[in-house]
Amino acid sequence: MRKGQIIFLLFSIAILLFGLNLILGPVTIPLRTLFNLLKGGNVDDLSNNIVFQIRFPQTLTAIFAGAGLATAGLLMQTLFRNPLAGPDVLGITSGAGLGVAVITMFTGAWIVYMPQLGVVSLILSAMAGAMVVLLTILALSQRIKDNAMLLIIGLMMGYISSAIVGVLTVYSTAENLQAFTLWGLGTFSAVSWDRMNWFAGVTIVALVMAMLLPKPLNMLLMGERYASNLGLRVERARFIVLFCAGLLTAVVTAFCGPIAFIGVATPHITRLAIGGSDHRILLPANMLIGASVALFCNLIARMPGVEGALPINAVTSLMGAPIVIWVVLTRNKRKYL
Amino acid sequence: MSTNLLYTNDLGIGYSEKNSQKLLHRHLNLALKPGELICMMGPNGAGKSTLLKTLAGFIPLQEGNAFINDQSIMTLKEKDISQMVSVVLTEKLTIEDFTVRQLVSLGRYPYTGFFGRLTDEDQKIIDLAIADTGLELFSDRKLSQLSDGEKQKAMIAKALAQETPIMILDEPTAFLDLPGRIEIMRLLRQLTVHKNKGILVTTHDLEQTLRFADKLWLIAQGKEMVCGAPEDLLLQGYIESFFAREGILFDSHTGCFRSDEDYSERIQIIGKGITSYWVKNALERNGFNPGGNNKADIQIEITSGEDPEFVITGTHVKEVRTSSIESMLHELKKNNNN
Repeated sequence: MRKGQIIFLLFSIAILLFGLNLILGPVTIPLRTLFNLLKGGNVDDLSNNIVFQIRFPQTLTAIFAGAGLATAGLLMQTLFRNPLAGPDVLGITSGAGLGVAVITMFTGAWIVYMPQLGVVSLILSAMAGAMVVLLTILALSQRIKDNAMLLIIGLMMGYISSAIVGVLTVYSTAENLQAFTLWGLGTFSAVSWDRMNWFAGVTIVALVMAMLLPKPLNMLLMGERYASNLGLRVERARFIVLFCAGLLTAVVTAFCGPIAFIGVATPHITRLAIGGSDHRILLPANMLIGASVALFCNLIARMPGVEGALPINAVTSLMGAPIVIWVVLTRNKRKYL
Repeated sequence: MSTNLLYTNDLGIGYSEKNSQKLLHRHLNLALKPGELICMMGPNGAGKSTLLKTLAGFIPLQEGNAFINDQSIMTLKEKDISQMVSVVLTEKLTIEDFTVRQLVSLGRYPYTGFFGRLTDEDQKIIDLAIADTGLELFSDRKLSQLSDGEKQKAMIAKALAQETPIMILDEPTAFLDLPGRIEIMRLLRQLTVHKNKGILVTTHDLEQTLRFADKLWLIAQGKEMVCGAPEDLLLQGYIESFFAREGILFDSHTGCFRSDEDYSERIQIIGKGITSYWVKNALERNGFNPGGNNKADIQIEITSGEDPEFVITGTHVKEVRTSSIESMLHELKKNNNN
């Protein structure tokens, strides 16, 4: 298949899933009603509310979160040349968790249950925690030349954050703990229209930045020495890749909570789908597949007939973990990331 | 101006950290000319890789200076070096789902724009690099489907696509079988002759070095580096001295190393040709000294004919006729134990 055809096919799949996400759910919106709504026609308030106030922002959130995490995962796998690297290897996700833990457990759960203020405080604290870790990693990356060491430090940062969270839980009330646990389940429905600008804005900027990186990423895939010999300023490229992946992880985790597995698993699906590792096609295809995976998971989580929604993290893990297992089992046969 | 593609002035190589500097070699004055194939040999840990990395600009030089195209390597940026020196390294590749063509096209990256888009001219150069390495039939195959030798050729094609006057290869024949090793060295030799490239290769393969290299650089820890035509270095005894260690002998007739066992008895081989050569080989391996003359304790006579027999005679042994080298060795050992 030609490059354009693949992208078109993946785009169509994403659009289809986008439509299904608007239609399906605890209440099914008939296709005709949906078209009427989109045309601005006269439709009952309930359908209008469900589609525009609930499903539309949720679907957009899933798209950006999926594309963002998949891209962050791909960048990390390429930079570290490690098939099991993902958005969380730098400890950014855990850092966000620490931020949330501090706010819920010190100020008390009341803040989380406050309408408006609650979500904003969660997002801000998660973002703060994630940025602290990201900036630390970026600063260290200037001094540490070896990628493997950087990977280890990222993982250790994650452990430290998780450990502090563990200590905090001892001193927190059951109520606060529940608020934190709730955040840990992940959700695509915390981004309402008034916050969408920020979420979508930052994500799109970082995604566009990633789209500009296929050449350095292809070179990095050969290893740092070869990349340098092909004219790449490796340290600068590494900084940009880390920044881009870190920003995507931070913003998605801040707005949606820690979403597991999409970042690690999607690049593998994409490489299989396009049959190669050339980032010129891998990057856009991976974004589309990441968005589709998130949309699909969101669909499953709100399956008609399910009382309430399943936690999104449970769905992504149930889908992602088998993929990672498959990657490990077939790695020797395929001989690439 | 000099005719050297690459030369060094009292170069010192090694590693330095904040307060400490570890110099492996100092005062190196080396040169690589166009059309020259240089093999660098030395025991493991001699500093071969460090020298290669320094000359390719991967690690900083510690003292003195090195020049590529008459420009100090210290003033050259990655982009400059990428158009002057191409490398083939020992690193494991993680891009095995790239096709040969995709890999070779990466060699054009120093010349392409922001997104790495290839022009028709680039495509022609890629085609040529693939043809020069004899990979035309493999160009759409994935690297994971290639043999080790073909993979090395693909890496060499990538280096060719870089269109650099200098190529540096770190042990390109290390994991290859004998025909593969010869093929790669022959290819490099052709590139020096037909493309006027200056090529520097590290290797442990003395046989191929003696066959293909214009110059040999010998490097070892704590020794001054020696450079020259391989034959000169061999006759001057340098090759032997650089690799000498307990139990290893260098045979300057064959250009091969062999193990130095304690030779017990001197044996004279009476016979000619290929059979005699391999009898000698078998005796040496088993600790006998086959260099004896007619005063030796034991003679082994190889009878002529289609199925030669090996007749053991000697002053203190009774005559035995054996039909294979294996049984001959058996008899000799039995005799030894008595």
